[in-house]
Amino acid sequence: MSSQKAKDVLFDPVFKNNPIALQILGICSALAVTTRFDKAFVMAVSVTVVTAFSSMFVSIIRNYIPTSIRIIVEMTIISTLVILVDQFLKAFVPAIADQLSVFVGLIITNCIVMGRAEGFALKNSPGLSFLDGIGNGLGYSVILLTLGLVREIFGSGSLSLPVFGTLTVLPLTSDGGFYVRNGLMLTPPSAFFLIGLFIWGLRTVYPNQVEKD
Amino acid sequence: MQPNETDIEESKGFDPNSTSGTFIVAVVLCLVCAVAVSLAAVGLRDLQDRNAKNKMMRNVLIAAGIWDDTKHTDADIPTLFENIDTRLWNLPAEGKPDGSFNTELSLDSYNQEDAASTPAGSIEIAADADVAGIKRREKVSRVYFVKDDAGKVTSIILPIKGKGLWSTLYGFLAVDATTRESRGITFYKHGETPGLGGEVDNPKWKQKWRGGDSSLQLRGEDGKVSLDVVKPGNASTASQIDGLSGATITSNGVENTIHYWLGPDAFGPFLDEFASGKLDVASADNPAAAKESETPEGESSPAAEGDSAGDGNSAS
Amino acid sequence: MVQEHLSILFSSVFSENLALSFFLGMCTFLALSKNVKTAMMLGVAVIVVQGITVPVNNLIFTYFLKKGALVWISPSFADTNLEFLGLISYIGTIAAMVQILELFLDRYVPALYNTLGIFLPLITVNCAILGGSLLMVEKQMTFAHSLNYGFSSGLGWAVAITALAGVREKLKYNDIPAGLRGLGITFITVGLMAMAFLAFAGIKL
Repeated sequence: MSSQKAKDVLFDPVFKNNPIALQILGICSALAVTTRFDKAFVMAVSVTVVTAFSSMFVSIIRNYIPTSIRIIVEMTIISTLVILVDQFLKAFVPAIADQLSVFVGLIITNCIVMGRAEGFALKNSPGLSFLDGIGNGLGYSVILLTLGLVREIFGSGSLSLPVFGTLTVLPLTSDGGFYVRNGLMLTPPSAFFLIGLFIWGLRTVYPNQVEKD
Repeated sequence: MQPNETDIEESKGFDPNSTSGTFIVAVVLCLVCAVAVSLAAVGLRDLQDRNAKNKMMRNVLIAAGIWDDTKHTDADIPTLFENIDTRLWNLPAEGKPDGSFNTELSLDSYNQEDAASTPAGSIEIAADADVAGIKRREKVSRVYFVKDDAGKVTSIILPIKGKGLWSTLYGFLAVDATTRESRGITFYKHGETPGLGGEVDNPKWKQKWRGGDSSLQLRGEDGKVSLDVVKPGNASTASQIDGLSGATITSNGVENTIHYWLGPDAFGPFLDEFASGKLDVASADNPAAAKESETPEGESSPAAEGDSAGDGNSAS
Repeated sequence: MVQEHLSILFSSVFSENLALSFFLGMCTFLALSKNVKTAMMLGVAVIVVQGITVPVNNLIFTYFLKKGALVWISPSFADTNLEFLGLISYIGTIAAMVQILELFLDRYVPALYNTLGIFLPLITVNCAILGGSLLMVEKQMTFAHSLNYGFSSGLGWAVAITALAGVREKLKYNDIPAGLRGLGITFITVGLMAMAFLAFAGIKL
């Protein structure tokens, strides 16, 4: 178990093997929360935490999990973690928790979480599984944060950072500035377009990811 | 980081795939998860409840124009609330079109949001009267009287809600105590598109409701609701206000919401009575209906109607 | 009454389409939309499962989880609020319902089981199903509304995936830049479809 492997496990999913761009995993709930950067940030952290810990717990008990109820066991662990995250968000960042509404709950069915528990944690040690969870969470976060950044800046002209508050990046014409807001950026279709373009960019850099028909 | 693999390989003597093994694992897992979830839910409930309550009170203050995000924190809420009296008002019901102050429910434990969805605490709105698109409304609503230092009521804050484009908007509207003008509006819960309909939250737009240089007339001389939300840039009369650009349906939703809540089926009679000076608001200082935080438990016997979810006997 | 139901039907198929405006069920939506036949089968499976689980979860919410829902057992439960158990109960119900449906089809309608069978397990982890239940709770629907919503939101998802599969079948013959091939162009297509569906927003019946 060299440190090289741990590093690969942690950083590969970010660009080389990004779960959203390559494995089409976990975009379900990802897109609806990217209209603002701070929402995307909280969502990204939540998913990373849930993926990392669920992978770790599944890995810890992997030798005790009966094959017949494997999926249900994983599901239970994941749901428990998601409920915990949901409760914590409601208690400590109520304003953002309100806006995320049902999408925190939907982390349960996020294919990344289940996919990593099933595909990696069942075969690897808790430590590596934890890193793998963090890595995949980061890969997911990269796309989420990029989308949040682009959509908020071009859609609202502002950038809402967690802790620091909202900054004005492009002063809007309605507030006396020069920028006419792009309303499309705030509607669902723009998220699809942006992911499509992101994938295009990624595959230009890593041509081996191009799909062959 | 050197993961230790040996300690988990010692599962000899226990076969998880046997029937008993499966059961044991399932039961243990359920117990552990149940304990974790319950602990979190119970442990964090106080904090969550406080957050929810603070949010409501903060929004009342925002509607009243007292709150300043840069200066105040949640800890200031009780101080800021000192000049605000909260009362419960019976909204018009069958046979009682005028409404009256409610003396049966306890201010502290009355949960308006819950009441609005239960059959006992709410009434169904007839389809032709339901301009706000909310289908049901509570029988009893909180009303907030904002007073100046001399104890004179300057504005009244009313909870409102209505359908926008995607979602129901929940908020507060501040109405001037003497004129029929708007003194402020705020929405604390909605699911409108951020940047378009979501701009109902925008401080610049809310500023227009505050009055200031050009007053905004909510109701006409005849008591009818006159407010008109128009296309951005087209507001010309005192009753008109610019809508949100790119969000016609949300803007219309706000207009309809106000038409319903200030209309004859909701707060209309209350405002009429208040304007005519018939309402005994001064009694807001008597112990039976004092400030929110120090209200004694409702001393009434369980009344026949209007006595619903969250009445006096439910301990909080 | 009729009007309300019509408006739920219309909005959940078009303007509030689970796939295109809430991004739910995207994993399967993108992975299994390569040909129309598979897409349609999956769509039918989603309609069936959604049509069952949303109303069942509505009953669970109304009679067990909601604040004060347990008064039918004893009035002393008037203040009990189990809403925090919502997520785990809904996902449990969904998993159980899918399993039961699978056993039932296998036993009584083997022909249907052979075509739908492989899709059913996939549906348990489909966020459209859980999302449908969560949105139903958030919208505080009555039982009758939830029956309608379950069916029509499933229908909306089915319409969307079938339409996308139709487009993708035609796209196969196009010359698409290398990097965009496959997933990239699919996202762009879905985006364009979402714009079309969005045009129905705000229409009131």
